[in-house]
Amino acid sequence: MRVWQFSEQPYYPAWDERHESLRNTLPNSELDPAVASQLYARYTDEWELCDTLGINIMVNEHHSAATCLTACCHLTLAILARTTKRVRLLSLGTPLANRRDPVRVAEEIAMVDCYSGGRYEVGFVRGGPFEVWPANSQPVGQVRRFDEAYRLVMKALTTHDRPFSWQGRYYHERLVNIWPRPVQQPHPPLWFVSIGPGPGAWIAEQGGTVGTFLTGRDSKLLFDTYRRRSIALGRGMPAPEKLAYMGIVAVAETEARAKERAHAIAGYIRTAPQLAPRFLSPPGYVPTRAAAQAIQMSTDPNYVPAYASVVMRDGSRVHQRAATIDQLIDAHVVFAGTPEQVYHQIKDYHAYVGGFGNLLMMGHGGALGHVDTVQNLTLFSREVLPRLQDLPPITYELPPG
Amino acid sequence: MADTKTVLIPTRHGEIELYDEGGGPPLLFLHCGEGLRASLPLLDRLARGRRVVAASHPGFGRSALPPHFGRIDDLAYFYLDLLAVLDLRDVLLVGASFGGWIAIEIAVRSTDRLARMVVADAVGVRFAADETEVEIADIYDLPQAVLEQRSFVHPMRWRPDFSLLSDDALMTIARNREALCLYAWAPYMHNPGLRPWLHRIALPALVLWGESDGIVSPDYGRALAAALPDARFLLVEGAAHYPHIEQTERFASLVEAFATEEGTR
Repeated sequence: MRVWQFSEQPYYPAWDERHESLRNTLPNSELDPAVASQLYARYTDEWELCDTLGINIMVNEHHSAATCLTACCHLTLAILARTTKRVRLLSLGTPLANRRDPVRVAEEIAMVDCYSGGRYEVGFVRGGPFEVWPANSQPVGQVRRFDEAYRLVMKALTTHDRPFSWQGRYYHERLVNIWPRPVQQPHPPLWFVSIGPGPGAWIAEQGGTVGTFLTGRDSKLLFDTYRRRSIALGRGMPAPEKLAYMGIVAVAETEARAKERAHAIAGYIRTAPQLAPRFLSPPGYVPTRAAAQAIQMSTDPNYVPAYASVVMRDGSRVHQRAATIDQLIDAHVVFAGTPEQVYHQIKDYHAYVGGFGNLLMMGHGGALGHVDTVQNLTLFSREVLPRLQDLPPITYELPPG
Repeated sequence: MADTKTVLIPTRHGEIELYDEGGGPPLLFLHCGEGLRASLPLLDRLARGRRVVAASHPGFGRSALPPHFGRIDDLAYFYLDLLAVLDLRDVLLVGASFGGWIAIEIAVRSTDRLARMVVADAVGVRFAADETEVEIADIYDLPQAVLEQRSFVHPMRWRPDFSLLSDDALMTIARNREALCLYAWAPYMHNPGLRPWLHRIALPALVLWGESDGIVSPDYGRALAAALPDARFLLVEGAAHYPHIEQTERFASLVEAFATEEGTR
């Protein structure tokens, strides 16, 4: 199993429960640029430590948000491409349908791949519903626009003999001829993200790696959808490297200390849904039938929407903001404890979902301090990582679809 | 149920939900973003004295959304097609809010089949030179309660109890929201190139405005009336953004009075 360290580079000093939203509308007067500079430096140091620890690096991006200061995956990766030497670099990813300039995205990808000497793995995401506001991106038909942007980026990355033009529905380019071009041929490895099982089939068709975040037992449905499509395409059972899961990871010498760290990192989970309701449901973001159901559900004060909840082992749902660390461990959203405990938690989850080859480890999040983060990453790399790297593949029988 | 009055008709743009009631001089009504259903009481009232035609715009209500549709131009040409297919002439064109924008887009293209135009609390045109001035409140960036207060003088009277609605009614609401967003998300609720063409609307026009409109202010309506070659501006009391819903009777009588004035082409 490969492990990737992920942090949202949060601006946690602005986290305050009195703010209705930590995204979109929170004025940036709440951010002190001097503090932001210090945080960027610190988070960069922590990723650079991963290079010496043998943990790969993952970044993502959000906009107009106190939860995440990475405004462009490629800016952060351009720095890390130079200051790290060994590990792989993953963006997961670029919200492609929210970018107006897919050709520039292709150029950025090629630059990062060149800067890193071919260590870049590129991820494309749709982005959360709230992202269409800062991007002013049309939510209706966003998936179609994503598809066109994706095809344009891939053609730009893989066309070398002459410039081409592109007259699509959404994008219009006169002369596409990116310089540089990627080191990795024909292109860096592709990653995509899905929370629900639906997109698993399409991602399998692209031959990309599918990542899913904090979805616990629900991940199995997505992985099975991917596996089933891969087999139907005649490619057989996908390699474990094609499946990735993101969970919070906190280790310490004692279970109690590890859970304190997990609680700090889980500030991410508690703040992610801190958002005015209107930003969660732009028209057209979900299928019309689902939107109609959501309108009806909005009148039920006890309704816990799937996006803001975690699934417990017994199938019940607990709201993210209220979940305890023990509940989050039960839901496979958090792996926390001594190295021995964490290894077994991950191993059990690995067996439950039928195996996966990438652990996207949120080893920093929320207000977890620098010393704790360094200790967390270091202990993990020493005591857990080698055992995960040696985790034997499991025999998995795909249930009938 | 009021929507038994609408029928599905085949068109070259797919099946369209159509209201076609009454007899006499023709009136084409263009509904607001809330959908056709909310306007049915007004249409029934107007149909007492004339033939009233109204469609759910493509993508709204039960009307199909052709795959290539997505711009206000598509709606303007759709209605020019509809006027031709139904062979309506000397039409009184009436549009409310988003429908007012469609009315303007139709009329700058062709007034051949039109006699007069009424727009109420319309959007679609940019007047302010300052790029940061908000002329049309962003309905996608207002809390639901604020949106309702700005739209209606008596919001509680008009808000449905979503828990009691049928699946069909909920689907209609979801489709209406989706379709409005498709046409109006960005540039938000307007066509940046429309203002220089308003001179082409060379017919008598009436600009009605809810005096408490919190979405688009009456001053915007006055600017619109001033920019049209032959338009008059009138405030409707007791209404905000939707006078055709909140002041149906008053709205209908203003439209009737305007339609029967001397000087009809």
